[in-house]
Amino acid sequence: MTPLQNVQHFRSNAIKTERHRQGVKFLSFTRRYGTLVIFVLLVAAAAYISTDFLTLRNVMNLLRQASTTIIMAIGMLFVVLTRGIDLSIGSVLAVGGVIAALLAPEWGLPASIAVALVAGLICGLACGTLIAYLRLPPFVITLAMMTVARGSAFILTGGQPIMLNDAASGLSAFAGGYIGPVPYPVLLMAAIVLLGTFVLMFTSFGRLVKAIGSNEEAVRLSGIRTQRYIVAVYVISGFMAALAGVLITGRTGVGAPNVGVGFELQVIAAVVIGGASLMGGRGDALNTVLGALILAIIGNIMNLSNVPGYTQQVIMGAVIVAAVILQKIQNQKMS
Amino acid sequence: MTDFVQLIGIEKHFGGIAALKSVDFTVKSGEVHALIGENGAGKSTLMGVLSGNVIPTAGTISVEGCVRRFSTPGDAIAAGIAMIHQELVLAPDLTVAENIFMNRMPRLIDWAKLRRDAAQILDRLGFEIDPGATIGDLPLAQRQIVEIAKALSLNARLIIFDEPTAVLGPSDARRLLNLIRSLRSEGVAIVYISHRLDEVADIADRVTVLNDGSLIATRAAKDVTIEEMVRLMVGRPISALFGEKRTSPFGAEIFRVESLTAGPLVQDLSFGVRAGEIVGLGGLIGSGRTETARAIFGADKRESGRIFIDGSQVKIRDPRDAVKAGIGLVPEDRRGQGVVIDASIRINTTMTSLRRFSPAGIIKRTFERRFVGEKIAALKVKSAGIDAPVQSLSGGNQQKVVIGKWVDVASKVIILDEPTRGVDVGAKSEIYAIIRRLADEGRAVLLISSDHQELFGLCDRVLVMGRGRIRSELLPGEFDEERLLSASLAIEPIQTTVRTDQNPAG
Repeated sequence: MTPLQNVQHFRSNAIKTERHRQGVKFLSFTRRYGTLVIFVLLVAAAAYISTDFLTLRNVMNLLRQASTTIIMAIGMLFVVLTRGIDLSIGSVLAVGGVIAALLAPEWGLPASIAVALVAGLICGLACGTLIAYLRLPPFVITLAMMTVARGSAFILTGGQPIMLNDAASGLSAFAGGYIGPVPYPVLLMAAIVLLGTFVLMFTSFGRLVKAIGSNEEAVRLSGIRTQRYIVAVYVISGFMAALAGVLITGRTGVGAPNVGVGFELQVIAAVVIGGASLMGGRGDALNTVLGALILAIIGNIMNLSNVPGYTQQVIMGAVIVAAVILQKIQNQKMS
Repeated sequence: MTDFVQLIGIEKHFGGIAALKSVDFTVKSGEVHALIGENGAGKSTLMGVLSGNVIPTAGTISVEGCVRRFSTPGDAIAAGIAMIHQELVLAPDLTVAENIFMNRMPRLIDWAKLRRDAAQILDRLGFEIDPGATIGDLPLAQRQIVEIAKALSLNARLIIFDEPTAVLGPSDARRLLNLIRSLRSEGVAIVYISHRLDEVADIADRVTVLNDGSLIATRAAKDVTIEEMVRLMVGRPISALFGEKRTSPFGAEIFRVESLTAGPLVQDLSFGVRAGEIVGLGGLIGSGRTETARAIFGADKRESGRIFIDGSQVKIRDPRDAVKAGIGLVPEDRRGQGVVIDASIRINTTMTSLRRFSPAGIIKRTFERRFVGEKIAALKVKSAGIDAPVQSLSGGNQQKVVIGKWVDVASKVIILDEPTRGVDVGAKSEIYAIIRRLADEGRAVLLISSDHQELFGLCDRVLVMGRGRIRSELLPGEFDEERLLSASLAIEPIQTTVRTDQNPAG
């Protein structure tokens, strides 16, 4: 090489590295904010398709509908971070909902809600204990809990939906009420999301949950009783599901044993679209919220533009696949 | 003889790290070409390139004069190149015959024919192995023969042996070497990777030495002595790597294990380690060293045994108890057990001591960052910063992170299981210095290593394990590779009681 060529060679190399660096920056941006980008694009598309979309009323309505999904998705996120899965949440939701409706007339609202939430905790505790200490597969155990809890909801109600009576009017008021333009359940959801974000970002619990999902053995050999953390995430998930059940009972005025069938799949879809890895260790609360909102907005757009229900299901499935493929591509480029 | 395979100018980069730097390597038909070098020298990567497992960043491969491109192991096999892996890659639940013909089973299986064909190949090798036996039921030596049979049935014309005798007893090893000789006389080209230099001197026609990814030399085996091979491999006199041994007396016996039993590979072990002392656990792979470490640490269940720290018994049911008692373990499998590979240096370093940084469960980030920053500076971890994922570090630096997470927590005892496996020479000597410092600060250090130079260079005493028992104890004057191996292979216990009363000066 002549000196001149040498310099040119050096320059072109320098340019290449600079481009490479920018490429990496761009990719880490999309990895971090990829879900946000999709979300913003969707909002823009929705606003374009329907002038009703960006009205305060529609937005608040959308958020209220999504709030139960989001609450459960935060619980599911913790489970997924440990490389687990919780298929029981749709049924646990029903258990929570019917218990609140059943007990409210006699026990009063606070006690009945407390019992409903404790029931959710117990379902999670049962799953978590079996999974963590007997090393049974989460898929199978929570699948079993799904049918056990569903059956229990039917047994508790004798198969009939339980109407909320006047003693529980406070619950209906809460689930249907507003502070200014913001529905109460949306505020509750926001508080839970903030709490989830905080726990995952700033506490040792959150850090260890993620680390366990990446490499449980390394965490265990660091002197941490990993089983306790695994039990805890299922307890959280069960609690969130029961809470969602109470809210739904409040909103509909009925504790129905058949409510929430298939919700677990919707919630898992939200978590996955939010960028969490089902292989554990990766995911965060805010992106999970975006994942749930993306699903909700697509549903909302299709409703506003009169897409028939069955077609909606097909489109939803396609969206999930697209989201996962997108993430896969991003991850490959990253490594 | 002509070159069967020529590798020219092979380079391989993993991330920013060069694992191979412009390496040339040729193998002739009918020769045994030994490839030697320290762990991490690039032997496995080079053989990965030759067997299609690793795609080189640059360089050409030619087989019988034609340039080939191997993008999968299948391509290499099609070119007549087979590799006998260190961890044998046979399906344990299938039969010998099924394994041999694994990748070309007919759609409709004629079982009788399959077994006949398998028996024929095994006969050619001179081994009587039942083609209908299940692989999982065979001893390791026979499984290796099955691997070789599989390679031959694929018409392999070059076979790569990766540390084939590491897991074999002496008589099986001798039979294997004879088998390799007869393959050579049939015109098969053979690449032989081994740490046992006496075997290399015995069997090889040519020797190639790699160090730190570079080709150091290729010589005719008869022109090079074992001492010379060592010097070429290490690149400097061995003794310089390990630093000075302690000359001052040790402290009290702060760590003691009494009648530890856990499964077949940990049988009634008793020994002690004094403050400031580095005690080695030597022996063959499978002699129970790792199992002993895990049983002490509470990582695996144990049947019986007591553990004493500072003279008082501690109850260890799980790793958490061990950590509380001041014991740390640097596990054998770094990626699988030592680090959370995709988490940052910071997260890995404070994993053992997270409570210190999160009094109310909320992590004090500033405190944590300062701590980790100081730690990785002291351990000379080369990285892009404390938030870099451990994945981005070289093996040696990853290992420093694993040791780093124990420095403060393992205040009494630190157990290191193969701490320099897959680590380059530079990082090795740094890790040795760290281990010395851990001992000098008054800890009891238990070092497990299959690298005998390392055991002898670092340890004040070596306990030799064989089949789950302590077979012998070697003092510095008795540090001798042959002695260690023969003790580990002994069937009857030579010595089950262990001396602890002598002084290091003696």
